[in-house]
Amino acid sequence: MNKATHNPLYPLKESPSQTAGPYVHIGLTPNFSGIAGVYNQDLGIAMVNDKTKGERITLEGRVFDGSGTPLSDVLVEIWQADADGLHNSPAEPRGTADPAFTGWARCAADAQTGHFRFETIKPGPVPFPDGRMQAPHINIWIVARGINLGLNTRIYFEDEAEANAADPVLGSFEHRDRKATLLAKGGNGKYSHDIHLQGPLETVFFDI
Amino acid sequence: MKNSRPQTAHYFPRDRSWHPKAYDPGYKSSVLRSPQRPLVAFPNTLSETTGPAFGHNIIGTLDNDMTLNFAQPGMSAIGERIVVQGRVLDERGQPVPNVLLEFWQANAGGRYRHKKDGYLAPLDPNFGGCGRTISGDDGSYAFRTIRPGPYPWPNGPNDWRPAHIHISVFGQAFAQRLITQMYFEGDPLISRCPIVRTINDPAAIETLVARLDMDASAPMDSLTYRFDVILRGSRSTLFENRLEGN
Repeated sequence: MNKATHNPLYPLKESPSQTAGPYVHIGLTPNFSGIAGVYNQDLGIAMVNDKTKGERITLEGRVFDGSGTPLSDVLVEIWQADADGLHNSPAEPRGTADPAFTGWARCAADAQTGHFRFETIKPGPVPFPDGRMQAPHINIWIVARGINLGLNTRIYFEDEAEANAADPVLGSFEHRDRKATLLAKGGNGKYSHDIHLQGPLETVFFDI
Repeated sequence: MKNSRPQTAHYFPRDRSWHPKAYDPGYKSSVLRSPQRPLVAFPNTLSETTGPAFGHNIIGTLDNDMTLNFAQPGMSAIGERIVVQGRVLDERGQPVPNVLLEFWQANAGGRYRHKKDGYLAPLDPNFGGCGRTISGDDGSYAFRTIRPGPYPWPNGPNDWRPAHIHISVFGQAFAQRLITQMYFEGDPLISRCPIVRTINDPAAIETLVARLDMDASAPMDSLTYRFDVILRGSRSTLFENRLEGN
């Protein structure tokens, strides 16, 4: 046992992460990777249908490495609340979310350009533990070759300036200028958001 | 689906000395793909303590059998037939039921069915390399496959991956989302692998090594390896919740 960190009250420790590697598509998006016929369709390719409540948006972006090169082998998952701020999850204690909205999606980046793209809705507000309201946001989780532990960050919306100004997470940054790294640009239902793993524009990543 | 995790659940912080560091020059791909700035921490909100759930109805009958799920009728994948079984538990030792596990791996020769894999070992026409299942009420899971082969990869001058199976796990919360790799007891390549060695603590590496379970192995059929997946545990505030815990 690791003497430095082992807590005798809790006998087990989380399985240590290992990189998703270059072939993550085989496991998580086999149809995308060319392995047809094992699953009917890849999981998480659609979050909305024609009954989903809320403002439809598209969200597109890329993930860049420290040399400014887009990752063409990255896989991202997003998780968010519905239009009323409820999550489609058994762990949601406040009520039943819109059954026509999954809240979760998965996208393998385009193998040539590195673009990810989601069709979703603008999420409703979700409270912070102290009761303050958070600005609309989408949680995003990023895995790829070279990423040893999946990276957690959030996407906020540039056109929600008032809500963003009151957001407890955005307001907690020691370096205020880093807020901008989490703001998706655009409006009228179309947003773009690039993520930078390193460099002067490095995105804020969270220890959630 | 039963799940009464309360609003006040908070997940134990990830032990960043137990997980691999983001930047490890021994694994060259990590050099330009590792954030350099400190992570920002904040208390779990419902955006982190909730997560997607997947019904058993998404699972096809052969999804948990990689020896058959890509094979032509009457055929099966080439290689050492194995069953991997274990439980999904949290750090408190409680079962994590009804969560999706996804698996992917190379074939018995160490070759992936992927356009970026140019290793000279042949593809197996009856092996795709992906599988999935959902944990039972007691957190248990199992899948059948063939033991994957080790393979060389471009990193150092002569680096080889030990035989391994990639495992992706959802928990009850997005904060528990995890991908890891399972290795095989006794493989001399484990301690030589730069990806394994991104983990600093030998005790942590040991937890990723599946054990041969002869008693669970099916005679004249397959060997069984046992591998438990541990997800982050959570605490909840007394009085705001049920006294008997959750």
